[in-house]
Order: sequence, then C-alpha cells, then structure tokens
Amino acid sequence: MAATINLDIVSAEGEIFSGVAAMVFVPAAQGEIGIAPRHAPLLTLLKAGEVRVQLPSGEEQAFYVGGGALEIQPQRVTVLADTALRAHDLDESTALAAKQRAEELIRDQTDALTLAEAQAELLRALAQIKMLERLRKGRA
Amino acid sequence: MPGAKEIRTKIASIKSTQKITKAMQMVAASKMRKAQERMRAARPYAEKIRNVIGHICLTNPDHRHPYLTVRPVKTVGMIVIGTDRGLCGGLNVNTFKQALIAAREYESQGIAVNLCLFGSKAGQFFKRLKMPISSAIVGLGDRPHMAAFMGAVKVMLDDYVDGKIDRLVIVNAQFVNTMSQKPMVQQLLPAVPVRSPELPELFEYIYEPSAVELLDGLLFRYVESQVYQGTVENVACEMAARMVAMKSATDNAGKLIDELQLIYNKARQASITKEISEIVGGAAAV
Repeated sequence: MAATINLDIVSAEGEIFSGVAAMVFVPAAQGEIGIAPRHAPLLTLLKAGEVRVQLPSGEEQAFYVGGGALEIQPQRVTVLADTALRAHDLDESTALAAKQRAEELIRDQTDALTLAEAQAELLRALAQIKMLERLRKGRA
Repeated sequence: MPGAKEIRTKIASIKSTQKITKAMQMVAASKMRKAQERMRAARPYAEKIRNVIGHICLTNPDHRHPYLTVRPVKTVGMIVIGTDRGLCGGLNVNTFKQALIAAREYESQGIAVNLCLFGSKAGQFFKRLKMPISSAIVGLGDRPHMAAFMGAVKVMLDDYVDGKIDRLVIVNAQFVNTMSQKPMVQQLLPAVPVRSPELPELFEYIYEPSAVELLDGLLFRYVESQVYQGTVENVACEMAARMVAMKSATDNAGKLIDELQLIYNKARQASITKEISEIVGGAAAV
C-alpha cells in the first residue's frame, strides 16, 4: 500500500474533512505547496484559495478556504481554515455578488482599515470564482 | 365553608406558575438544540488548534513568543464564564464555586488572582467577594459572537504581555449531557504542551513566512477559539440546566396542585357532612 497522510480540515463552523489522503495541495502564504507523506514538520499561514485532496483511490476532492493556518507533521496534516466550504457548496452568484460588493467598497472607501478589509474580501471572492471556473472546466 | 376558598385561589395561582415554568422549559429545550449544534460545530476547530499549539510548545525555536513562555507565577488571570439570566439550577453556583476553589488554592500559594467575568450573574457573585476584576462583559446573548467578547479578553492578553499576569486560565461549565454539566478549569496561557503519539521524539518546524508573524496570527486564533468554545459550551449548559430546572419546577407544581386538591376535597366533604348532620339534628328536634 502506498504511503498516506491523515488529513483534517476544520473551520470555526465545523469539521470539513477528516480522513486519509495520498497527496494534499494547499494555497500557502508564499505560493501553492503540495504535501506528500513524510513531509518535514512545517507551519504556515494560508491564503484564500482551494485545498485539493488526492484520495488514495486516485479521486480528487476540492475545498475552498478563506485563509487560515496549516500544520504539517510527517503523518498528519491539519488545516485550520478561517472559513471552509466544500467545492460543491460554492455558489457562483453569491461569489460574484461578493466580488461586486467588495469592488464597490473599494471605490467608495478611503479609510485605510475598511479598504484593507474590502481588498481581503475581494481576494476571497476572486479565489472562489477562480475555483468555480476550474470546477466547471473539469466537468465539461 | 372556611378554608375552601383560600385553597381554591392557591390552586389557581400555582396553576398559572406551572404554565410559566412549562413554557420556559419548552423554550429552553428548543434553544438547547441549537446551542448544542453550535457547540458541536466549534469543537473540532478548538481541539485541533489546541493540539497544534501544544505541538509548537514541544519545539525549541529561536523565537520565543510570550504566549508560549512559562514564567514564575505571581498573578493569575482567570476568565470566569457565567450566564446573564438566572433560573438555570445550580449551573452558575457550581462554576463559581470551582473558580473560587481554584482561586483559594492560588492564594494559599501567595499568588494573586485577577478576574475577567462573562455574564451578569458572574458580576453579581464576584462583586460581593471584593476580588480584583480586570474586565467584565454582560449581555452576550444566546448566540455569542467573537467580536463581542474579544475586547474583554484583550484586556487580559495585554496584561499577560505586560507581565501583570503570568498565567491565564478559563473556568466554564462543560457540557457532558443534558442532565449533567461539569465546571472545568483550563489553562490557556502559557499554552500547555500536547504530546501526540505519532509525533517524532524531537523536531523543529519550518516556519513560512517568519515565525513571529505566523505565531502571532496562530496564537491569537488559538485564544479566540478557546474562549469562543467556552462561551458556546456554557450557553448549551445554560439551556440544558434551565430545561431540567424548569421541568422539575413544573413537576413539583403538579404535585402541589394534587395535594391541595385533596385537601380541598376533604374540606368540601367535611362541610357537606356537617350541614347534613345539622339538618338531620334539626329535623329530629322538631
């Protein structure tokens, strides 16, 4: 049997995924990283984006995370997501609406704090839309 | 018919009290279901982040974050979570008693205790004891929000960084099941090492980007999630305790009504018997 990793994806709203994976791809703060079994211990922050999980069966599952943190141990990977969604729960219209709202906010706001917030929101919305497009291509 | 009227009004008043307790019981039951769901949802994240932080405690990085550094303890910060409303049985009293036991133990070792109080019941209780209170927050509601209580917690965190307190613990009721809630004291800061069986004996993390930046974000999330978990758990406990308390109040009211009904019937029967014997006695005299 090929080597596997125990993967847990949790968010403040609940457990998203808990199981065995062959390989995991995550959007780390400094670019996407792929994690194979027996990876060196690592701690990193996550950007908004998608976490892709390759199951031992070869099947692939995707989850959207809106940022968070990641712990890697040789046998275990823990994703502490700020908000996580299963890819199937992602809704394009809400993602687009969120993007529009964020863009409007950026146009209207001059206040530095709200601007940073709006930019973060825009990034999240863009990541969701990007992931949806990828999903649709995969299906077509 | 002396007494019968008073008994009747008493029965009516107990009946209306029973209606109220019954309604409160049902409201608490439905709120408990939702509160339990929220508690269950928050649990995995709180547990996982506690483990991750516990793992970090096992390593020896160049950068030592204050939240991870163990210092000699002179003052302890204690977050005590109570409820805003009463009528929930012994829930608050049990939690506060546990907090007091812990506080007395610290004091016997010459360690001072500073309090951070959640919920108006906690405020009322500890105000009388004249213990130093650093921060207090009331009116969190049934659906506590992180933003609402982080201000109060921030006071404690700042005190911790400034060295005014050397340890931070949280006391709240832990939900075991509907019938039982257990008060629990848990240390938040400095973080407690957790050794998982699958971990290598000695290891160091690679930090990306830098340890400082990462630990700041991670440790803040850690404290936030632990306090959040404590509050949602306490809400679930409050609802469960209120439901049970109100159920027994309703049952007791029922028993009281039965007993009074019996006394009322007896009094009524006695007065009828008396009247009959008076009539019979009167007829015999004629």
